[in-house]
Amino acid sequence: MNTIYLDNNATTQVAEEVLAVMMPYFRELYGNPSSMHTFGGQVGQKIRTAREQVAALLGAMPEEIIFTSCGTESDNAAIRSALLTRPDKKHIITSRVEHPAIKALCAHLATQGYRVTELPVDKNGLLDLENLEKSMTPDTAVVSLMWGNNETGVIFPVEAAARMAHEKGILFHTDAVQSTGKIPINLKNNVIDMLSISGHKLHAPKGIGVLYIRRGTKFSPFMIGGHQEKERRGGTENTPSIIGLGKACELAAKNMERENTYVTRLRDKLEMELLKRIPQSRVNGDTTNRLPNTTNISFEYVEGEAILLLMNELGICASSGSACTSGSLQPSHVLRAMGVPFTMAHGSIRFSLSINNTEAEIDFVIDKMPAIIERLRGMSPYWNASQPACKTQ
Amino acid sequence: MWEYTDKVKEHFLNPRNVGEIENPDGVAEVGSLACGDALKLTFKLDENKKIKDARFKTFGCASAIASSSALTEIIKGMTVEEALKVTNQDIAKYLGGLPDEKMHCSVMGKQALEKAVENYRGAPALEAGAKIICECFGVTDLEIERAVRENNLSTVEDVTNYTKAGGGCGSCHDAIQQIIDHVRAEPKTDNKPKLTNIQKIRLIEETIEREIRPSLKHDGGDIEIIDIIGNRVIVTMHGACSTCKAADITLKNFVEHRLKELVSPDIVVEEVSK
Repeated sequence: MNTIYLDNNATTQVAEEVLAVMMPYFRELYGNPSSMHTFGGQVGQKIRTAREQVAALLGAMPEEIIFTSCGTESDNAAIRSALLTRPDKKHIITSRVEHPAIKALCAHLATQGYRVTELPVDKNGLLDLENLEKSMTPDTAVVSLMWGNNETGVIFPVEAAARMAHEKGILFHTDAVQSTGKIPINLKNNVIDMLSISGHKLHAPKGIGVLYIRRGTKFSPFMIGGHQEKERRGGTENTPSIIGLGKACELAAKNMERENTYVTRLRDKLEMELLKRIPQSRVNGDTTNRLPNTTNISFEYVEGEAILLLMNELGICASSGSACTSGSLQPSHVLRAMGVPFTMAHGSIRFSLSINNTEAEIDFVIDKMPAIIERLRGMSPYWNASQPACKTQ
Repeated sequence: MWEYTDKVKEHFLNPRNVGEIENPDGVAEVGSLACGDALKLTFKLDENKKIKDARFKTFGCASAIASSSALTEIIKGMTVEEALKVTNQDIAKYLGGLPDEKMHCSVMGKQALEKAVENYRGAPALEAGAKIICECFGVTDLEIERAVRENNLSTVEDVTNYTKAGGGCGSCHDAIQQIIDHVRAEPKTDNKPKLTNIQKIRLIEETIEREIRPSLKHDGGDIEIIDIIGNRVIVTMHGACSTCKAADITLKNFVEHRLKELVSPDIVVEEVSK
């Protein structure tokens, strides 16, 4: 059975070119970049190149790039640094739809004497910047808002938000894990202070991340150890992955147009055809301000995990906002924040594409999904094809 | 990843007895869209008062569908008295086991069965004086009032989480808010309703089954209720728990704590060795 991988917001396949540049650094060129000898030192030069490649994708300067182990580490380092460098301020502003790396971190900080404001989103998952304006206080240390939402793909106006935070002297961080490589980012044109990236979301391997710190921003390191990364992140460099990420960023810049034409077209086709063929289905999240590769579709009166398992039988990989793992089966916090009714929230499927997907794969999914939904609706006590249980709004 | 047994997968992919029986002898609906799983069970008896046919409709994950399918297979041919003896463990066992975090799916089957038998024996469908507030899910004002009062709910979202009311089209949100305001304006009497002894015992058993046992099992242990005398819950620990040095702490900090929280603050848990 062929695997049809439409779960690229979860992780992506390492690109062939990326793997190729990484390979020598496992066996032949295994030296430590910090070593004095040429054998190790030459690896240091490659890391410099990688840093330049990452910086180029972001419109940043190489010295503003810190390599970390993952997006979560970058988020932790950013927020904790912001708080440590502004010890008199005890307020954090974020949103209700953040990735757990920020959401859980802020929930934890809330137990450590910090006050956390989670900005609401509207029914399309969009942020009202007026709420940000109203929430900022002299006590606010940092505002952290994600650039692109991992579940819905909705894009936040982070550049405008960063300007607003700056006017009040507040630091601004964005989790750009999902948007990097998918939409153009140019840090020269905005005032974002800190930005997190994860390698494995853009065809680099897992276990490598980046924290961008704007030059001049005070930084207090999260990982304390050796002098690596100019003492901003201790720990021997993950050399193969750093070099791989550099290549992946170079490729991402090259593929950006394809991402926004080819991938968008496939995504739109998938979305349009599924909505057309499957009654009582809808897209969650704003369809204009959205990442090019993501669509989150709810199928009313069926449960996400069951849908995924039937898709799995056909080799189709996607994810669900449903979390059927405990006594209280809370659907996705993102969809609940958007006020998606429970009839819809439990049956949400996120399809996230990449440049590796083909038209034939999308056609296959379009062909198979209606029967999957119909089959589960046939078992659902709520489903009555002729008479919807709820008035549609 | 799904760590389901082949039997679970098989019953999910080829569920038995899907549907609804017309003019059933017993019918029940448990769970809710809000919770993410719901089951409608119908059964019909033959002339010997044995369950001739049982059918289900389930909204939920793979294990909820498999558990419903298993339940209907298990109870066919039983009398209602026999069927009532079927436990959620029996359903799980029939399926070759369920992951811990999916045990609630088998509990839902058991609840549906109990309610369907109650219905067969003539339980009233709608409480006297109750009025439907949420038309989408047929939730009454009395149910909402009770949920608000007993769980000290303060927002419409809370009410939706507890009762599913308001989780559909949302047109009843104002009415729900009014009920919340009304209940919250009531003078505070006893903050928790008095449970009868039977209700308390049942609640203790349910709490241990749903909230406590799965966690202990996860660590290779188990717990058995020996007796319940007033507020004293006498238990014995099995498996890894019976030899574990931290079992005392587990008993006080976890078992007793959960029971105090979910049943009554007066609960004391005591252990007897077997």
